[in-house]
Amino acid sequence: MCLVQLWNKCALLLIAFIFVPSPSIPVVKATELVKKYKEFSAVDGISFEIASGESFGFLGPNGAGKSTTMRMIGAVSTRTSGELSVVGLDPNNYGPEIRSQLGVVPQSDNLDTELRVRENLIVYGRYFGLGRSFLSSKADELLEFAQLKDKAKERIDDLSGGMKRRLTIARALINDPRILLLDEPTTGLDPQARHILWDRLFRLKEQGTTLILTTHYMDEAEQLCDRLVVIDKGKIMAEGSPASLIRKYSSREVLELRFGSEHNAKVAKKVDGIGERVEVLPDRILIYSENGEATLKQITDLGLNPLTSLVRRSSLEDVFLRLTGRSLIE
Amino acid sequence: MTTLESISTPKVTRQFLLPSLYAGNARSVMERGVLATASTNWLIVVSGFFEPVFYLLAMGIGLGSFIGNVELPGGQSVPYAAYIAPALLAVAAMNGAIFDSTWNVFFKMNFGRIYDGMLATPLGPFDVALGEIMLALARGFVYACGFLTVMQALGLNLSWSAILALPSVLLIAFAFASFGMGITSYMKTFQQMDWINFILLPMFLLSATFFPISVYPQALQWIIQAMPLWHGVELVRGFTTGMMDSATIWHVLYFAVMIVLGLTLTTRRLKALFLK
Repeated sequence: MCLVQLWNKCALLLIAFIFVPSPSIPVVKATELVKKYKEFSAVDGISFEIASGESFGFLGPNGAGKSTTMRMIGAVSTRTSGELSVVGLDPNNYGPEIRSQLGVVPQSDNLDTELRVRENLIVYGRYFGLGRSFLSSKADELLEFAQLKDKAKERIDDLSGGMKRRLTIARALINDPRILLLDEPTTGLDPQARHILWDRLFRLKEQGTTLILTTHYMDEAEQLCDRLVVIDKGKIMAEGSPASLIRKYSSREVLELRFGSEHNAKVAKKVDGIGERVEVLPDRILIYSENGEATLKQITDLGLNPLTSLVRRSSLEDVFLRLTGRSLIE
Repeated sequence: MTTLESISTPKVTRQFLLPSLYAGNARSVMERGVLATASTNWLIVVSGFFEPVFYLLAMGIGLGSFIGNVELPGGQSVPYAAYIAPALLAVAAMNGAIFDSTWNVFFKMNFGRIYDGMLATPLGPFDVALGEIMLALARGFVYACGFLTVMQALGLNLSWSAILALPSVLLIAFAFASFGMGITSYMKTFQQMDWINFILLPMFLLSATFFPISVYPQALQWIIQAMPLWHGVELVRGFTTGMMDSATIWHVLYFAVMIVLGLTLTTRRLKALFLK
């Protein structure tokens, strides 16, 4: 017994020695990372570092190269060129070792529909070589975490979209991953389900799990990410914390005005010069300024009467609009 | 505390063979298959056992009573039922392996997206391929045991060497499963999957299953002899009738080569499909 414990300690130390990089080494480091499919460059020379315990986001429209980047980090896609290291290892050569440290939540759920809810967790844990008795208690713990305790014996097809998503996340936690990869975790969920999910993810972050996620939802990025990169057409457009990006690429507040589709362009000329910047969209005019109410007063003083007006905090969507010159969700 | 931690830490031992494609945990893939089969597909498994038994009763016992004895290539004469029984055993091994490695795999690849999930874990394509093949083998083994028992009860095992039919059936199943999975990886639609049946059916009917291939012209005989099922039928028949010859070793070798080629093909395809 004593020997076994000693051996286990040694093994743990060894694993710790091999896999746990010192704090100065990032858990993910990419340099000039490129992924080409035939002639098309899905990822076109991006460089970034993700620190341990950080919550890092890839923000961008569909087809920007987010998922491809995630697949390369997840060691299920080989890069065309550039350098990539995940938990200090090269994914091209150490796929199984790297994947044993990751939890992966794919864009669309791929739960095992031939197995029941709890079986899904246990079988998945077996893929990691985890022991049965450990998995039995771990599965119960995760069902609790995912608020699916009373669904343990249900069929997968009988779960709602939000439940499936939570089960997928619970499944990704079976191996206590150092890094959790989430590819658009809340796409297609109703607001309530999203908030439950955010809450669960936030708890994980508090426990020190490194979160890497992609999203095209601004509010999600603002909620969950310490730092993010905005990526478009396979390239990084900007990098920073949500707040710093908003500071740098937008103003504190945004005034949204609607004059009716036909009038917007005409009015736009008159309001030129008001606020820090004016953006004319087909359905509305956005005026970026430090004080939205004051700007609105300037507008009404000009004798312009918008059909509707809205003063709101600036968001990442405004940053994206500024960076790419187009609306994010196409 | 330590004991709990040791089993709660993902265990990946770097493999000597294909280290980036193999985590040494094919067993978990097979376990998953057993669990899924037990809860959803068990009816297919049971029907797979009865199919050859019905053939044996209808063709071997029923039709066989009109046919009498069949002369083997070596000149020996055996009852018709004892002639086709080993062939049906080989066919059952083939069918079981093919079902598991083609239709089952096709569904998992294209609809269930089960492999996407598996390959996000330490498992590599080689674990998945090996695990699925082991599942096919396990099923083939159960069928073979059942069918050999039926043969024994009907007095169709003519020699003690019939027991060697068991490992031969595993060998045959292994070869078909490893190849079947590789071929399935090219299939995208149900129509394409029908091509597999298109090849299997004539092979089933013509590979010295129900009559000796000496009835064919020489050229056709060569084609049949190039097919895997003929080797399977001859191998198993040699053991159950007790009439083995030097050809036995060639049959074994044929399947050994098929296994190596099949595994290579399947692993490459899985890598191309899922680790692109």
